[in-house]
Amino acid sequence: MSSSSNTAQVGSFPVKRGLAEMLKGGVIMDVVTPEQAKIAEDAGACAVMALERVPADIRRDGGVARMSDPDMIEGIKAAVTIPVMAKARIGHFVEAQILQALGVDFIDESEVLTPADEAHHIDKYKFTTPFVCGATNLGEALRRISEGAALIRSKGEAGTGNVVEAVRHLRSILGDIKKIGSADSAELFEWAKRLQAPLSLVQEIAETGKLPVPLFCAGGLATPADAALAMQLGAESVFVGSGIFKSDNPAARAKAIVEATTHYMDAKILAKVSAGLGAPMTGIGMDEINQRYAERGW
Amino acid sequence: MNAQTTIGVLALQGAFDAHVQHLNALGVDVRLVKTDADLDEIDGLIIPGGESTTMSNLLVASGLGKTLSKKIDDGFPVFGTCAGMIMMANSIIDGRPDQIVLNAMDIQVRRNGYGRQNDSFEQDINIESFDVPFHALFIRAPIIEKMANDVEVLSTVNGHPVLVRQGKALASSFHPELVSDLRVHEIFLSMIHDSLTTSKR
Repeated sequence: MSSSSNTAQVGSFPVKRGLAEMLKGGVIMDVVTPEQAKIAEDAGACAVMALERVPADIRRDGGVARMSDPDMIEGIKAAVTIPVMAKARIGHFVEAQILQALGVDFIDESEVLTPADEAHHIDKYKFTTPFVCGATNLGEALRRISEGAALIRSKGEAGTGNVVEAVRHLRSILGDIKKIGSADSAELFEWAKRLQAPLSLVQEIAETGKLPVPLFCAGGLATPADAALAMQLGAESVFVGSGIFKSDNPAARAKAIVEATTHYMDAKILAKVSAGLGAPMTGIGMDEINQRYAERGW
Repeated sequence: MNAQTTIGVLALQGAFDAHVQHLNALGVDVRLVKTDADLDEIDGLIIPGGESTTMSNLLVASGLGKTLSKKIDDGFPVFGTCAGMIMMANSIIDGRPDQIVLNAMDIQVRRNGYGRQNDSFEQDINIESFDVPFHALFIRAPIIEKMANDVEVLSTVNGHPVLVRQGKALASSFHPELVSDLRVHEIFLSMIHDSLTTSKR
């Protein structure tokens, strides 16, 4: 585990992973203004993701999506007392340096923004601030962890209001974890090769039956039932992006999704909190989109 | 020795599973607490780390907050870590005005007392009656600003109390559930055993 020391050590992997542990069983909400951040905190969000446009708008507007304006991030930090996350482009370590200097609590190296590097992700060990990264399968998740990610989320397909891709990614990651759990030691070498992932991480999964860091769900969640579905499939928390502030009644929907994430096994509570929320975001089918964000990242 | 003891872990949000694993390792029965009914049949409650404002909201929404407050007023054993310590305080600085105060201990606590995540740290700390130091993780940890005279300080870091006990309540600003060392959880179990022995008399 961690080295023993009488002096305080900041930014170590256990300290980064520690915050990911604290976010379990909660909802992290995308917000674009301090007012939205307040609504999210009032509703019981365990953290907010500060960004300039929610994924649905990035998808609609097109163009290059980048890190948010520092003023906007500072405004959101000042508006709430819960942890604040912000997004950097894949491979854009200078955006990440800026976000760390701004004192955000978590950096999302996100495929929702336009990638800055087509071969390399950020070396996340160089930072004090913890990172979360998206993954569509276990190999991708383990490569991100080997680069220093303290938290993995499914990519899903952001900005669609369609949960189908998030379900596919969760099932793929968790399904392979189960298979590795029943593999013998010789088969682990083949798993590492097939996943293009470090053998030591594959061996750790074989031993513990779990991903080495928490696994959250993101990408297309729009209803309390979507959140509970992700949790029942094995996600440990959920990110909700466009799904809240692109719906008719964001405050009520946000609160309902928080309650659904806690009581995800209790269908009676789920029925109660799902009622009377107004229209969810319209959403789009996978055959209607021309850019799949989940394909970004390597 | 622990066969008949059942400990509840508040499971609304946060790192409750890590506490469950520690309790399993110590051989006690565990129940996740999400609703009023879960509070029956437990001998003590752990309030985990996580986001205290989120847990507060969920305590209000489910009505569990009122039942739990009453139980705590009647002297129910409670152990809170980080956010759990915040919720156990009798007053909270830098919290939300509508945040639940369980008043399980006469301490005043400042949320995020050390700062943001970049100020989170790990460090070996000395704890009263422990032969070797305990490795402690402080994650956006609270700071105890004031406390009553009968609150017992079991450990301090830079002059701040980080592990405190009063009556049947125990609270830490760090996360003993995130390391494999079980000794802090053992303190809470021995407090429960003492209280069960006393009540049987």
